[in-house]
Amino acid sequence: MINEETSNHPTPKTYVLTALILSVLTAIEVGIFYITSLGYWMIPILAILSIGKFALVVMVYMHLKYETKLFTILFLSGLLLATAVVFALMILFRSF
Amino acid sequence: MSEPNNHSTHEDTTTGLNHRKLLMWAFLGSDCMFFASLIATYLVYKGKSVTGPDPIDLFSIPVTSVSTFVLLMSSMSMVLAYAALTKGSLKGFRVWMLSTAIMGMTFLGFQVFEFRDFTVNEVKISCEENSPKYIELESKLSSKQKSDYKKQCADGIEEAHVEFGMTPRTNLFGTTFFVLTGFHGAHVTLGVIWLLSLFFYSFKRGAVSAERHLDVDLAALYWHFVDIVWIVIFTVVYLFGVYEGF
Repeated sequence: MINEETSNHPTPKTYVLTALILSVLTAIEVGIFYITSLGYWMIPILAILSIGKFALVVMVYMHLKYETKLFTILFLSGLLLATAVVFALMILFRSF
Repeated sequence: MSEPNNHSTHEDTTTGLNHRKLLMWAFLGSDCMFFASLIATYLVYKGKSVTGPDPIDLFSIPVTSVSTFVLLMSSMSMVLAYAALTKGSLKGFRVWMLSTAIMGMTFLGFQVFEFRDFTVNEVKISCEENSPKYIELESKLSSKQKSDYKKQCADGIEEAHVEFGMTPRTNLFGTTFFVLTGFHGAHVTLGVIWLLSLFFYSFKRGAVSAERHLDVDLAALYWHFVDIVWIVIFTVVYLFGVYEGF
């Protein structure tokens, strides 16, 4: 039943393992949030953890890692433009 | 849905790719910009509200962590539904698909609970002279809330109950927060309807099958997208929101 297009997709075991990693990363995020001694370091640490979770879902669950490059280009173009919009507006309104 | 879509790697299109899938990825890229504009608006106006409440007065990180976990797990069950279908297990597909929809509805339930909790929020402030709680909240209370507090204390009670809720009209934080999370909730609602439609449609003979897996693949892409948007909202709005240094 497995066709040519989906044959290179990960196995259910990989999906469950990814869910475990995502859960652990979320638990770490929440845990770090309560460590007040981290001070301003909390912001980059939480941002990196969030980017990691984002990338895991996109690469494994959305199969972007296994798909054609054009899909990656389409999605990343929107994502990069979106990130640029956020930073541009924050700089424009002096929100940093 | 009338013509079969038996997708091989190479499609008979100008790009060699399936146009429905191409369109979905283009849509998701554009939806990134939609949510980015809402997140940017939230961040630009963060801390600029004239009156309270602020994120620290309302957010409950443990509650939102649970709803975040539920949405992450729904992504796993969605991908397992897709995997079951591509392996020809319609029963497995139905079980995982229904689980995904239930978890989606649970997430929405958390959101409704949270929104209601925010609108009816109230604070207890001691009526004693120079009450620490009143001093802490004085700059956040509106003139109506202050007069309400003084009126209650004038009646001789020990502790006043002051309404400190938030609606989209209360302050800039309320407006930007409800618009951002409300639009995300609307995306999740649409996703749940889509998933339930596929679940019920699978009972029609041949309507959902391994050969027609693209119909489920597109719904799965959309569902994972609402998950990644929430990953960003949870960190930027909730965790950064409550952290005083941001």
